[in-house]
Amino acid sequence: MSETLEALQEDIAAGRLQTDELVLNMGPQHPSTHGVLRLELVLDGEAVVKVIPHLGYLHRCFEKHAEAMTYPQVIPYTDRMDYLAAMNNNHGYALAVERLMGIEVPERVEYIRIIMAELQRIASHLVAIGTFGMDIGAFTPFLYCFRDREYILDIFERTCGARLLYNYMWVGGLSHDVHDGFEKDVAEFIRKFRPTIKEVNDLLNYNKIFIERTANVGVLPPDVAISYGCSGPMLRGSGVDFDLRRDDPYSIYDRFDWEVCVGKGDAGTVGDCWDRHMVRVWEMEQSCNIIEQALESFPEGDITEAIPKRIRPPKGEIYTRVENPRGELGYYVISDGSQNPFRVKARGPSFVNLSVIDEISRGHLIADIVAILGSVDIVLGEVDR
Amino acid sequence: MEHKEIFDHLTALFPETGLEFDEDVPCIVVPPAAIRDVSLQVRDDEMLQFDFLMCLSGVDNADGTLGVVYHLHSVPLGHKLTLKVIVPADNPHLQSVERVWRTADWHEREAYDLVGMVFDGHRDLRRILNPYDWEGHPLRKDYEVPEFYNGMKVPY
Repeated sequence: MSETLEALQEDIAAGRLQTDELVLNMGPQHPSTHGVLRLELVLDGEAVVKVIPHLGYLHRCFEKHAEAMTYPQVIPYTDRMDYLAAMNNNHGYALAVERLMGIEVPERVEYIRIIMAELQRIASHLVAIGTFGMDIGAFTPFLYCFRDREYILDIFERTCGARLLYNYMWVGGLSHDVHDGFEKDVAEFIRKFRPTIKEVNDLLNYNKIFIERTANVGVLPPDVAISYGCSGPMLRGSGVDFDLRRDDPYSIYDRFDWEVCVGKGDAGTVGDCWDRHMVRVWEMEQSCNIIEQALESFPEGDITEAIPKRIRPPKGEIYTRVENPRGELGYYVISDGSQNPFRVKARGPSFVNLSVIDEISRGHLIADIVAILGSVDIVLGEVDR
Repeated sequence: MEHKEIFDHLTALFPETGLEFDEDVPCIVVPPAAIRDVSLQVRDDEMLQFDFLMCLSGVDNADGTLGVVYHLHSVPLGHKLTLKVIVPADNPHLQSVERVWRTADWHEREAYDLVGMVFDGHRDLRRILNPYDWEGHPLRKDYEVPEFYNGMKVPY
């Protein structure tokens, strides 16, 4: 073994030392891939030359199943796509079928849907923030995040009986009205939750070690983000001021006063891992604002009156999109006039956001891949469908 | 801009191509050999600026044709557009738009994998959700689930 750098370089030049690229498999069973995803890393020493993702380990043929089901029977399948944000998945699908059939849902349903969707957004972001910290090596914030997520799941459980997969938002309405004391529970949760954001900020987000690991890592420029179809915190982290709740309004989001959070590059470059992470933290506060305003004007009423007896949308097709915690969740539904959908295509935000991983990982070290993948925040159930 | 205006604008630019307007959806139907040029135009045109491909879906129309549907959005201008390409099921070739919008890379791989249209000019057209050695395209309406896969019984 040569001992000086010059001697090493001489060995390489003379062909005595191998300098081939190395292929390393990360996954499918790797803790930082948050599920079953295999990343084929092509390495030059410890620097990443190329990342080739291999998906499909969790493919459950959602779209094929949907064609064999009636419209309401598809809803439980949508739960299982992004299993951390099942409420939002239900919401998108219900909206698509409602628009096909021209159904107007009652005020109270809209309010409950918004409150549920925003609670789910907080719960989902708490998982993203907690596990991202854990990927980097901070274990304590993970416990804080999961403790507060549990309060939200308790509220969901009291309303509809399920903690994760709800089948709650139906076409034209909801499966249940909210439980007695729902408003009090939610208000109590918001009161308890707001200090947690500060705790997480102190513990994790402005921690020097955390910033060192995430700032200037995996920088995603805004034009690349748009070309790759990134959405949600990925897109906003890159400084693009775009949120479907404001820019393609659905439901009743236009009635509330809230802000779209955009990455500003406070710790490093605009569009790095830290920015994407912070957009999620700021969004939780905005979700609290929306929920509080919705609770102030929470109307009474019947939640079942718009649920149709027979769900048979007229012939036609529609593309509907909603803002999932991870970005734009789109449903392309084609109806041939029968009681089964002719085609349901789900455009999952995780699937599209993951496709940019090769572009933003090149040149980084292996340890940074963990940070980058954590900041993209994928749910494999939705990537593979 | 509305669909009809965009259609008039595009037919003025591509008079020979044979673009058609579908009132019902509404969408613009583009011939398979022209989709790349039309895509580049709608992306780079100052008046259109469709820089965001929301969704690309493959559909089996069950009448001997396959369809590819492009849902586009313009981030700077805020308007939307739907493009459609229809190809015969026995010769499902169309141009790839993978280099126009990078997100089309995985979307086209998915459409190829599940519905089976071939995107000419795609640099890496492999299966994406199914195993690489899977046979057939599951979202075809006449698809039959194989009994065995690599000697294992398929439980369905």
